[in-house]
Amino acid sequence: MTTTLEKPIESLRTLPGDDVRAILWRFADRYDLQMLVQSARGVARGPVARLVAEGERLSHDWTARKNELLKAYDDAGLTSAFMGPEHGGYLDGPKNLVHALIVFELSWVDAGAATGCMAGDLALAPIHERGTQAQRDFYMSHACPKPGEKTWRGAFALTEPLPYVGVETGLLNGKVRIAEWKDGQEPLLQVDKRGRFITNMGYANFVTAAVDTADPKIKSSCMIILHEDDPGTWDRGTPTKKLVHQLSSTTDPVLSLKVPASRIIGGYTIKDGVIIPNYSHGEVIEAVFRRTRVTVGLMTAAKLLSAVEPVIRYQRGRFRGGETAQPGSPRYDLGLQTKEDVLHRLTDIWATGEAAASLGFYTARLFDEIDPLERQRDASFRERKLTGRAALKETQRLEALAMAGKDGADPLVKFVKLDSLGNVFCPATKLWNTGHGANTMREAVSLMGGYGITEDCPGFLGHKWMDAQLEATYEGPEAVQRRQLSITMTNELFLAQFKDWIPGMRAIASSHPGTGACTLATAMQMWLWTLRHLQEAKDADGAKLYTSNRQGVTFPLADALCWLLAARQFILDTLELERKGPENPTVAEGLAGTLQFYMDLCHVQSARAAGEVGRICAELVFGYNRHPAWTAESCSACYLSDDLDALEGLIPGIASSARAYTDVTEPGQEHADKAGPCVCFENMEAFTKMRMRMDGCLTGARLAKDRAAESLQKVMIPEALDYPL
Amino acid sequence: MSYQIVVCGSIVPDPLQTLEPVAGPALKNEMMLPSVLDPWAWHSLFEAAHLAKNVAGSKVYLVSVAPKAKLQQVMMTVGQKAPFELIAVDGPASGFTDAAEIAPLLADAIKSIPGLDQSKLLVFGGWESASRGAGSTMQIVGELLGIVNQFQGVDKLTVGADGSFEILERIEGGKHQVSKCAGAPAVLGWATGSLPEPPNNPQIGMQNMRAIMPALQKAKPTKVATDAVKFASVALPKQQRQTKIVKDMPADEIAKEIVAWIQE
Ligand SMILES: Cc1cc2nc3c(=O)[nH]c(=O)nc-3n(C[C@H](O)[C@H](O)[C@H](O)COP(=O)(O)OP(=O)(O)OC[C@H]3O[C@@H](n4cnc5c(N)ncnc54)[C@H](O)[C@@H]3O)c2cc1C
Repeated sequence: MTTTLEKPIESLRTLPGDDVRAILWRFADRYDLQMLVQSARGVARGPVARLVAEGERLSHDWTARKNELLKAYDDAGLTSAFMGPEHGGYLDGPKNLVHALIVFELSWVDAGAATGCMAGDLALAPIHERGTQAQRDFYMSHACPKPGEKTWRGAFALTEPLPYVGVETGLLNGKVRIAEWKDGQEPLLQVDKRGRFITNMGYANFVTAAVDTADPKIKSSCMIILHEDDPGTWDRGTPTKKLVHQLSSTTDPVLSLKVPASRIIGGYTIKDGVIIPNYSHGEVIEAVFRRTRVTVGLMTAAKLLSAVEPVIRYQRGRFRGGETAQPGSPRYDLGLQTKEDVLHRLTDIWATGEAAASLGFYTARLFDEIDPLERQRDASFRERKLTGRAALKETQRLEALAMAGKDGADPLVKFVKLDSLGNVFCPATKLWNTGHGANTMREAVSLMGGYGITEDCPGFLGHKWMDAQLEATYEGPEAVQRRQLSITMTNELFLAQFKDWIPGMRAIASSHPGTGACTLATAMQMWLWTLRHLQEAKDADGAKLYTSNRQGVTFPLADALCWLLAARQFILDTLELERKGPENPTVAEGLAGTLQFYMDLCHVQSARAAGEVGRICAELVFGYNRHPAWTAESCSACYLSDDLDALEGLIPGIASSARAYTDVTEPGQEHADKAGPCVCFENMEAFTKMRMRMDGCLTGARLAKDRAAESLQKVMIPEALDYPL
Repeated sequence: MSYQIVVCGSIVPDPLQTLEPVAGPALKNEMMLPSVLDPWAWHSLFEAAHLAKNVAGSKVYLVSVAPKAKLQQVMMTVGQKAPFELIAVDGPASGFTDAAEIAPLLADAIKSIPGLDQSKLLVFGGWESASRGAGSTMQIVGELLGIVNQFQGVDKLTVGADGSFEILERIEGGKHQVSKCAGAPAVLGWATGSLPEPPNNPQIGMQNMRAIMPALQKAKPTKVATDAVKFASVALPKQQRQTKIVKDMPADEIAKEIVAWIQE
């Protein structure tokens, strides 16, 4: 056993500021984004916070005061941030990180405001991703605020009244049929769509609706654009009596309208007198959600991080003013922070928030990288007329090249490589950040005691907790994300990259042992082993384990992966801070303490992730075998305690060690008092060894937690929150 | 008639943050904490932008002596508020620098503006500062530039049809003194003015930043000789809290007690 002498430990001096965040999330060289952050923050901590503080969340209706927020978003450039300069916007290039940052800032105060601000972009997303050039030009420009012109606002209508669209997006009841089709003219379509829980519907001027065909002359489902002044019924419906995100408008609309066929998103062709939409509703939705879900994940991340400051302030001030807490006493200065548990819990909340943010922002940046490559891929496939099977084959060929490490510079190869990551990271962000995030938000609320569940709670933590449940639900609840992950995480191209990350983490561990990277590497290895095992293994009844209908197998494994991805991303961001921090004088001051704290948080998070992965994998690996029972054969394999005692004379120590490792039948017993003989499955040594190793890897994790907790006692925080209560 | 409006403004730590003094002329954590544009300079910038918007051909400059990295951070917000050109001097911005040392740096920076026309020049700034309320910096800058028409504690500037100014300056008792002046050049040390904070506008910000970033990059580092000033000691103001818990006390008596306490 070796011991290392510890250097004096630096601790965190202040809460991390914008410069630290910009380095962690890699926009330190983008002043356009830094300005956008300030701009969004101004709206969040100004008009949004005032509305929440004044109780505007208490009504379901879309009130005049809530409506003022739309102007605030427009004025601050948040609405036009989605549009490119060609449509009146001011930011060029992909917008995933842009969205992520806006949403993060708004959700720091109120995620409902973030939803309201972003729902217009969600409505535009089908047009942006799959619309024709003419559709893109028209709607993107009309939705971009311009002086003296009406700003068009949209809503995205997929979900329908029960028993139709919810998690299952294929069960469409909304229908499109041909209303009129005069020779040589554009067909006129009759669209009937009832929506449920449609955001922005209280004031939308247009809706992008998912509808199925109800006409033999229309080949497939599609998404279609409806306007408020189209002939027919445009009933916005009653406001949803939701308990969450009250600064967004949600209603159940009834729409029955006649529209020209040119409103089909992405256009159509006509063959043998049949309209063939270029994209089914499913294809459009897939392209949309894989981007917009990332921003939802960041809502919950922002809320977790926003909880840190109010919780610390509450803890420190808890006993001030009372007779027993005299100024200068620990009770006065530290309040509840003299208790280890509250510090440890806050450490967990903070670590979760950081990991969630690291995961979400990485995914947003990933999609910024994917976007232009995807357009190149689409153009190339179009040019070569590759669709359906041919397109699939070409994708497989590209994937094979990527696997072989060939043609890395070819944009199409690069695309499939990144795409395989995007297909995993998007659902992982949505699932873990909102699901585990919601649970962790509850912890934050509990640290505020009774205050936590009042409207007066500083930082609006109670609202934020409840809101997190919506973030986990809309745009595809957890089950949808798990289902998607269970497919995409088995893509060999993804797995090959994942495998490469394991030695990468070990290398980091070797230079930065305090990050928990080694623990994480072992957990990653275990996850991969378990997946491979489950893909082949059968249960006790001989049924295959890793199949789409065995959600009990695939879903937990998807959860486990998310823990790993989040912890890894957090470590990578922390290393970036170490690299770039010294270049920025404002970060350089106190960097040693900030880094020490972040590495400790990484360690805490990695240990927790490893624990989750170990638990899940062990349950899956062993849980589908039937426990051996006490049969004559198995009983004869046990030692009798009398025999052991006799052997003790020959082999000293055997009596006690045998009891630790195998079954021993005591005198007067038929067999030991337990469910059956100890389990000893063949071919499981690799797994059990890994598990043992991983337990050992946890060494030091609690010391890191203690250190992080101590930082929480010392860190300086502002006198008051910078938004109203 | 158009103006060249030069706003002198530096940065101060966010007033919500706690700063602890350390030995010598410095504050712990000052670099790490968020900064804001000095609130008085902030108001004068809005006034400058407002005036420039209403008088065609006018231009706003912001001259700032501040640590470059912090100034850049502050520009992410300030740069979105109104169109202006930044002239940055990389130097200290803390409350431990003396007006007599900062003013010449500002005056030199103003003189370096290409095409500076004294007859159009309006020098704006705060009549005092959140980090150092000596109220003398603007006066010295004016003197160094040879501008004798100086106004302090300004709340309002009205430009007459003939180009003359009517200026409201704060005086005791919540009153204003009305002054008249023929026109530029003049120095105006602003109090709060009367304009609301303009909303952030990233579009303006991005236009500004095209020039702001190079200006920050070429900001010349300057040393301020602090030897001339000696700080005997630095202390944090003591927080005071006097709470008295009373039960069933009539409001009249509470009021009386408060009045007595105020008069103490
Ligand atoms: C405030 C609010 C705003 C919204 N905004 C919009 C909007 O703007 N546009 C829009 O189209 N929709 C919107 N929605 C709808 C939202 O997307 C749906 O509520 C969500 O997709 C879930 O559908 P559901 O409520 O029908 O749940 P269900 O489909 O009934 O699912 C309930 C639960 O059953 C389980 N489950 C269901 N199917 C499966 C499966 N295949 N495998 C495993 N488990 C399963 C899961 O646990 C799931 O969470 C909004 C909802 C709310 C509450």
